[in-house]
Amino acid sequence: MTAVELGQKIKAKEVSVMEAVEAAYAQIEAVEQDVNSFVTIDKESAKKRAEEVQRLIDDGALTGPLAGVPVAIKDNMCIKDMLTTCSSRILEHFKPAFSSEAVLALEKAGAVVIGKTNMDEFAMGSTTETSYYGATKNPHALGHVPGGSSGGSCAAVAAGECSFALGSDTGGSIRQPSSFCGVVGLKPTYGTVSRYGLIAYGSSLDQIGPVAKDVTDCAAILEVIAGHDKKDSTSVKREDYDFTSALVDDVKDLKIGLPKDYFGEGLEPEVKEAVLNAVKVLEERGAIVEEFDLGLVQYAIPAYYVIASAEASSNLERFDGVKYGHRSADYEGLHNMYKKTRSEGFGAEVKRRIMLGSFVLSSGYYDAYYLKALRTKALIKAEFDKAFAKYDVIIGPAAPTTAPELGKSLGDPMKMYLGDIYTISLNLAGLPGMSVPVGKDSKGLPIGMQIIGDCFQEKKIIRAGYTYECATEKQYEQLAAIGKEA
Amino acid sequence: MAKQYETVIGLEVHVELATKTKIFCGCSTAFGGAPNTHTCPVCTGMPGSLPVLNKKVVEYATAVGLATNCKITQVCKFDRKNYFYPDNPQNYQISQLYLPIARDGYVEIEAGGHQKKIRIHEMHMEEDAGKLVHDEWDDTSLVDYNRSGVPLIEIVSEPDMRSADEVMAYLEKLRLIIQYLGASDCKLQEGSMRADVNLSIREVGAEEFGTRTEMKNLNSFKAIARAIDGERARQIELLEEGKEVIQETRRWDDNKEYSYAMRSKEDAQDYRYFPEPDLVPIVISDEWIAKIRTAQPEFQTEKMERYKKEFEIPEYDAGILTGSKKMADLFEATTAICGKPKKVSNWLMGETLRLMKEQGVEVDDLKFSPENLAKLVNLVDSGDINSSVAKEVFEKIFTKNIDPDKYVEEQGLKTVNDDGALKAVIEEIIAKNPKAVAEYKGGKEKAIGALVGQTMKAMQGKANPAKVNEMLKEMLKA
Repeated sequence: MTAVELGQKIKAKEVSVMEAVEAAYAQIEAVEQDVNSFVTIDKESAKKRAEEVQRLIDDGALTGPLAGVPVAIKDNMCIKDMLTTCSSRILEHFKPAFSSEAVLALEKAGAVVIGKTNMDEFAMGSTTETSYYGATKNPHALGHVPGGSSGGSCAAVAAGECSFALGSDTGGSIRQPSSFCGVVGLKPTYGTVSRYGLIAYGSSLDQIGPVAKDVTDCAAILEVIAGHDKKDSTSVKREDYDFTSALVDDVKDLKIGLPKDYFGEGLEPEVKEAVLNAVKVLEERGAIVEEFDLGLVQYAIPAYYVIASAEASSNLERFDGVKYGHRSADYEGLHNMYKKTRSEGFGAEVKRRIMLGSFVLSSGYYDAYYLKALRTKALIKAEFDKAFAKYDVIIGPAAPTTAPELGKSLGDPMKMYLGDIYTISLNLAGLPGMSVPVGKDSKGLPIGMQIIGDCFQEKKIIRAGYTYECATEKQYEQLAAIGKEA
Repeated sequence: MAKQYETVIGLEVHVELATKTKIFCGCSTAFGGAPNTHTCPVCTGMPGSLPVLNKKVVEYATAVGLATNCKITQVCKFDRKNYFYPDNPQNYQISQLYLPIARDGYVEIEAGGHQKKIRIHEMHMEEDAGKLVHDEWDDTSLVDYNRSGVPLIEIVSEPDMRSADEVMAYLEKLRLIIQYLGASDCKLQEGSMRADVNLSIREVGAEEFGTRTEMKNLNSFKAIARAIDGERARQIELLEEGKEVIQETRRWDDNKEYSYAMRSKEDAQDYRYFPEPDLVPIVISDEWIAKIRTAQPEFQTEKMERYKKEFEIPEYDAGILTGSKKMADLFEATTAICGKPKKVSNWLMGETLRLMKEQGVEVDDLKFSPENLAKLVNLVDSGDINSSVAKEVFEKIFTKNIDPDKYVEEQGLKTVNDDGALKAVIEEIIAKNPKAVAEYKGGKEKAIGALVGQTMKAMQGKANPAKVNEMLKEMLKA
């Protein structure tokens, strides 16, 4: 059952909010030990909230599609008085004094938060293995990673532990794990969803988005969480927020560009085949498909790791043991306290990026690395501008492979970084993108198709994704079984 | 012959802007307040919080930039300055490096009888830090974030000053401009204006600058002057001894009149500046600049001219009256009420300055209201009190801002205008002083002074001496 379907049943009084919440917890009880999607599960406040929401629905005060629907939130979004750890030891016991805007918007719409999902520490990673609280497993094949960094959110949706979830995407952190877990994940245009309350990784790249079972859910969730927020200066006042109006089963004359670079070397043949088959489905429904050359693809990864690490090195400075979070038990003087606290509190991948970021910003290197990366970012945006002058959407895979096995990625970070090749340039250019499941490989691991739009063109993405879904078997209906083989 | 040295000085002046709320959040900037009561997630750097720029800060900064002849950077940006210290809750300060709001300005100063232009290199906006409170007993430090996020502008001059006098004149000029704009109260003691002094020396006639030091912790004009003299002497001594001046930051201890090295260039921090990604560029349109320019107040020179013309105040007096915003405001407000500019000016130039000096009161701390001074002017003008009583009443106004009408009434200080009563007293005085009366009648006119004095004494000062004089003459004729 999708989130919107569940919402309808709740509205029709076929299911109570309490039943919906209890069903989610029952599934958590059944699979969480295997999957480990959550860092924090807060049954008590969710049940209290369920009663409240039920009353508001009964009173007619809550009528939206998500009223009463259980949701899980990635652990880098603040929720008042609920543990918010970013899957890091340094925020072990941290309970924020306020909730993030995206969560407030969901709560206002009547969604019931059931817990906080696991992630790569501070969203740095592509496997959810860098979490201080243990790796999350891919529900389709427990020996594999769910992807990352929003691996907990994607696994929870795939495993039926919640109806939908929020993730965040800095370089592919919604789209890649959505692809690996066979769910639909959308990264909106930069500035569409308020970042207020999202614990920043790379501020100029971070964007919150929905993770759900189908495109309809994604559109409905985005409609709730998108909006201009005065508290976030980078938030944009858009002309359109009616994303569900794009749920139209029609792609006639929609111009689709296939970047040759996205189908070349390094792409697993099974992934390539599945994505091209999906494109064919759209073509059969009247879309016009054309291959083209998207320049500068190879420069996206270095530019991204310079910019994101630079911003992260500064954003993570506030975790110093002075005001909240972990502080070393034993230290002498201020500088020793900083050093020990941060050495103990951060994991290896976070430390690597802090060091990289500090290096590229240090005097004498700023121009050569950071400024050059900013210029590269601008050029990449220009390449996309050229492409979108010709095409309505661009389609490619979300990741070059399906989910790798657990424990096989962190040993070779460069290889792991290269896995972001198809997702990362969207963040640099601020573009929206959505991963839609398009089948499985021979090992039974899901494959995702990435639909990319120009800035503020989420509706075209939604329309393409929805049309594909209408033409094919619903993917999420195959998700219930937790795959222990593979 | 001993070598002659020239001092080369540049200043970095920090000014706290007079906005009601902080630069990136809605918290109050009010001074005082229990620790951490003027705080929120933004100014305490809580995870997930984001800054939103206070437009008023840009407006004040632009106004100061325009008034100091700077070029306004119409698309400017904030940058992060990264350094770890507990008073800095995010461990980075939001400041401006690459595109500061104003550049390439100057102010004109007068020092040692000559006019001089002091160039301004740049001016930028930034946030203030919190305050560390060290508990020596407990060996712990506490942080108060009430000041964290209070808006500042930093005005960086070129190394154009050559003496403490020029530095004072430059600071006075900046202070006057900024106070007139209402952009800050510029109180050095309270820290709303702070100056760091960059100083080097070189032999007179030399082209190259010497190695400079930066002096911090200067919280009064006097401390700045002393620090400049002290640092000049220290550097000359080093050079005379054949040693080198080390480029370093020094902390001035005004009690010991000596500075201590804080950190040298070698351990200077790398601040890893980069554009603040949480804020969008600030666009200052032509229209906005025009609006700010039109709203600029009358500055000192124009005000002086107007006082001379409109109120016929002499040049010297006009200079003093306009020498601080507070004094000019007092003068204009009082004059607006009583309509007697010259008399108001006399009170401000005379008794006010005298009492300020006597009691060590700074002009910005003057407490009395224009209403009460205007009432006093009117009391004297109507002859209700005489001038010596007026001085006594003014002192009360000066210290306690009393209402003079009420005070004169309560203390019974009004001049007695009842001719009958006065006549009776004079008759008595004449009767008691036959000698003085005889002298006066014998042609010694001065002798009347003693009689006037005695009458005033008998009247307890509540008579108009001119009137006493007149009545005495009249009565002695008979």
